[in-house]
Amino acid sequence: MQEFLQYFFSGLTNGAIYGIIALGFSMLYRSTDLINFSHGEFVMIGALSMVTLTMTLKIPVIWAFFIVVFGVGLLGMVFERLAIRTVKRPEPIVLIIITVGASIFLRGAGMLVWGKNAQSMPPFTPHPPLDIAGARLLVQSIWILVIAILIAACLHLFYRRTLTGKAMYACAINKQAAWLVGIPSKMMILLAFGLSTGMGAVAGAIIAPVTMPAYDMGAMLGLKGFCAAMLGGLGSLWGSLLGGFLLGVLEAMGVGFVSSGLKDATAFLLLLLVLYFRPQGIISAASVKRF
Amino acid sequence: MKYRNDSGINDNRAEKRVLPFTDNRQPDNIYPMLRIRNLKCFYGQIMAVKGITLSVKEGEIIALIGANGSGKSTLMASVSGLLPTWTGEILFEGKNLKGMDPPAVVKSGISLVPEGRLIFPPMSVYDNLVLGAYTRLRKKAREDVQQAMETVTALFPILKERFSQPAGTLSGGEQQMLAIGRSLMARPRLLLLDEPSMGLAPLVVEKIMDVLELLRSQGLTILLVEQNARAALTIADRGYVFETGSVVLEGSADELLADTNVKRAYLGKDYEEFDDENR
Repeated sequence: MQEFLQYFFSGLTNGAIYGIIALGFSMLYRSTDLINFSHGEFVMIGALSMVTLTMTLKIPVIWAFFIVVFGVGLLGMVFERLAIRTVKRPEPIVLIIITVGASIFLRGAGMLVWGKNAQSMPPFTPHPPLDIAGARLLVQSIWILVIAILIAACLHLFYRRTLTGKAMYACAINKQAAWLVGIPSKMMILLAFGLSTGMGAVAGAIIAPVTMPAYDMGAMLGLKGFCAAMLGGLGSLWGSLLGGFLLGVLEAMGVGFVSSGLKDATAFLLLLLVLYFRPQGIISAASVKRF
Repeated sequence: MKYRNDSGINDNRAEKRVLPFTDNRQPDNIYPMLRIRNLKCFYGQIMAVKGITLSVKEGEIIALIGANGSGKSTLMASVSGLLPTWTGEILFEGKNLKGMDPPAVVKSGISLVPEGRLIFPPMSVYDNLVLGAYTRLRKKAREDVQQAMETVTALFPILKERFSQPAGTLSGGEQQMLAIGRSLMARPRLLLLDEPSMGLAPLVVEKIMDVLELLRSQGLTILLVEQNARAALTIADRGYVFETGSVVLEGSADELLADTNVKRAYLGKDYEEFDDENR
């Protein structure tokens, strides 16, 4: 039981991370019909710049966090403006290849800026791990969980309550119709990129204390986040979060009870199963649309 | 009558008569609200509209009729800003629409009810309507939008009953009403409708046409594209008949309704019926 709980906690923590990354994928897909395969790289930049800001520049964690999120969001907008909008024939396949290219570019840039070594920083709050029924829960894990759920809730409110959120959603449903009613769809796409990459930076910033971030962490995180998004049904916000948790917990159980070699295989096995049996994701399409 | 003084056109009747465009078929001298001259629209190398000239005066209902692929919808796409690849001249209240994207066209006072309605199915009816007023809400014209909402719900009470329902669950006729209502939320002075009767039962079509007449009586100008030529010509003042990208016939709605060629081609009467009528 104690062992199970320990795996469950670590799974939950990883799951929250996958969930936030999946949210980034989902919200971008929801607003632009595009999958940004360089999303993981924005997570990496978020994590590494968080380390630089807090460790080298000694900026307080809370300020560093906001600077990182806004900075990376801005970077995402620049990426959209320079690499996505300038495409003459914006067919999905072309755009996806561009995002793959961007991921290689950003990884290289990350290596040049931060070097090949893994970095590290202390947790946000220096508190000893909690002891729950014999299993230990890091305080940073609680931070991660709370922030993940907070972000999903904020996004939910954004789409439900604000005019910009509704307009963005309308763009995703039918770009032409949205354009015709007077919604500047280019602005919305730019904004969606900013929000999505900013969310990636959130994921990066909150895992920086627990993962030893390095320039090449983005690829795997991006893929796991993509798996989680597919699991929950691409485009569904709560589905993405749920997919992230599911993936995280299953992965942890696989590592704990079967073999540690299974860690990454779990994600891809799950992805294959989902694509085969429920390509619309575990949350059915109808409820996804209603979200 | 509203004229833009910053557009270089002087609101002076005497001068207006001198302007190159005067509609000789109608004796009144109202300067056209929308004026299209020698419009040619291109999809790549293909010319879909081959030099069309037409005019819409304030307070008129104009019907564009013609078969599939005759260029009616292409013309609508050009006016609404969806299709940027056109040459010629489209003047709205004296202002050239060249180079405007759809949001800019909406802001200048033209709204399109697109073919196939293009509502946002997963969103609630209310949200659909609110988004119709997007350009106005951006300008913080909240009271104005509230008023527009009341006008629209007075026009289509059914929409108010369905406010919180996802728009996709509405019936075809209700969806068309929603599409029209959404366009009206932007408070346009010229309303473009592309095939509003598509796929609707005759009774519903009648209802929609009644609403259009009512809107006109409230001062809205309407440009209507229709396959259902009879329904359109019944409420229209004037009409243009399109064929393969050109206007082949134009005239008052009554003239067109009575025209033998129009009857045969667009009103679905065959030769026998003509014989009956002519007897």
